[in-house]
Amino acid sequence: MDNVDLAIDTDLARQILSGFIKTELHRAGYEHAVVGLSGGIDSALSCYLAAEALGPQNVLAVRMPYKSSSADSLEHAQMVIDDLGVPATTIPITDLVEPLFQHDPQMSSLRRGNIMARARMIVLYDQSEVFKGLVIGTGNKTEILLGYTTLYGDSACALNPLGDLYKTQVRQLARAMGVPEPILTKPPTADLWKGQTDEGELGFTYAEVDKLLYLLVDQRYSPQDCIEAGFSTGFVNKVVEKIRRSHFKRVLPPIAKLSNRTVGYDFLYLRDWGT
Amino acid sequence: MKINLALAQINTQLGMVERNLEQHLQLIQQARQMGADLVVFPELSLTGYVLQDLTPAVAHAPVPEDPIFRKLFEESRGIDIAVGFVDEDSRHRFFIAAAYISKGTLVHVHHKLYLPTYGLFDEGRFFAWGDHVSAFDTRFGRMGMLICEDFWHASPPYLLWLDGADVFLFMSASPGRGLNARPQLESARWVEQLNQAYASLFTAFVAHSNRVGYEDGLNFWGGSTIFDPDGNLLIKAKYHQEELVMAELDLNQLHRTRARLPLLRDERTALVQRELDRILHHSSQMNR
Repeated sequence: MDNVDLAIDTDLARQILSGFIKTELHRAGYEHAVVGLSGGIDSALSCYLAAEALGPQNVLAVRMPYKSSSADSLEHAQMVIDDLGVPATTIPITDLVEPLFQHDPQMSSLRRGNIMARARMIVLYDQSEVFKGLVIGTGNKTEILLGYTTLYGDSACALNPLGDLYKTQVRQLARAMGVPEPILTKPPTADLWKGQTDEGELGFTYAEVDKLLYLLVDQRYSPQDCIEAGFSTGFVNKVVEKIRRSHFKRVLPPIAKLSNRTVGYDFLYLRDWGT
Repeated sequence: MKINLALAQINTQLGMVERNLEQHLQLIQQARQMGADLVVFPELSLTGYVLQDLTPAVAHAPVPEDPIFRKLFEESRGIDIAVGFVDEDSRHRFFIAAAYISKGTLVHVHHKLYLPTYGLFDEGRFFAWGDHVSAFDTRFGRMGMLICEDFWHASPPYLLWLDGADVFLFMSASPGRGLNARPQLESARWVEQLNQAYASLFTAFVAHSNRVGYEDGLNFWGGSTIFDPDGNLLIKAKYHQEELVMAELDLNQLHRTRARLPLLRDERTALVQRELDRILHHSSQMNR
């Protein structure tokens, strides 16, 4: 598996993705974008791409800390704001989510994390209306495939420039675009509770899983092919099962078909229809 | 004889035929001012590519009574034009089509032969399969037109070659895919290799007009090219940007190249036919 090469030409990626943001946003009738900045690498990269596509003055960066969010997160988000010169606002979500948390003192970290992710979605979509801008997504291909995202939470967006880049590739592009060093090198975290890291929670590293996903998805290897390529059986099975079980997050809810023509099955148009 | 061949590497609006026509008319005029004899537009240049259920709504017949084609016919008095459109035949089948128009008349229509229905493609769901491929005479000699997937298969260009085409017009709406460490997408590299290979194999001119822009998440990479009968690149448009490019095709190059390299003269068509016949009719093993 050492021969799996996830290197990308970052100039080409940058050109295609900034063109995508600019074109699709304008076709939808918008000039502005809104990006939720967590302090992490994905949202930083989305913000850099949006600023390049639209001009920094047309991108609103929104920081949405919870009281236990790490100070680093806020500070790193501020580095992005300062470096790009984008307008920014900070809207804490503590007062939004606390009443719900207090409703059930036994609430698990998972539930609390989902509530925070969805509260941030509410704030972002509200700012979308205030700033007259579309919400730019920050989900990468690794987390989409693993389902490591909150449905209708951090996965909610109007368009997603990063969804076909593995985390490893996000890192390459982020470095090439000048995302500040501390953001590039810190361990990825959803920062939903203290000490949480993506890799700790997932039980494997992005470097490992990206290679496996690349073989399974992009190169159409069977799970058995991946094991023969050198991945452990347990790891392959775990990842395959994660992909399967999270597929509901990657598709719209199925509509029960009754009529001759049904949205989603035989009423087929691109979103860019007529533009 | 020399001809100036222009490639109109455009973006299109999805399902908006009249607005796309306006853009065509502007570029036709621009090409004429540049001294072009022929301007070639990309696949489905009048309609956009991922049409899905828009297909029946954007179909036009290439006849003078059609309001869209009437204007193209009028514009073709000073310059030949190849455009991409959706053709609806008299039995109401819809084809991905290309029309070659010259001096106010329709010279040739090609219906796409191969409809990719795999991966990100779903053409076979919405379109009928073209069933004929032939070269056609123009005021600049005999040409052949193919649309995108048609020339991913070796047989349509080969048949056009045998049918007399010395200038191949390939029209695409090729979605970019396969980002890796190279400065060129895999789909771009693949198509350029094919075009260069056909120019070399057939000692002919191969012009490829590809579109740019986005449709939802798909990007179209442009990079339109013309190769000469020696397999040399005459011109290449930028990737991902609208551009009108033009190259001079010296048709006497066909004489010089084929004097040196008589691949066409030596092509053993009777052997091909005999062996094809054997393979298709007498070999039950073929599809095992």
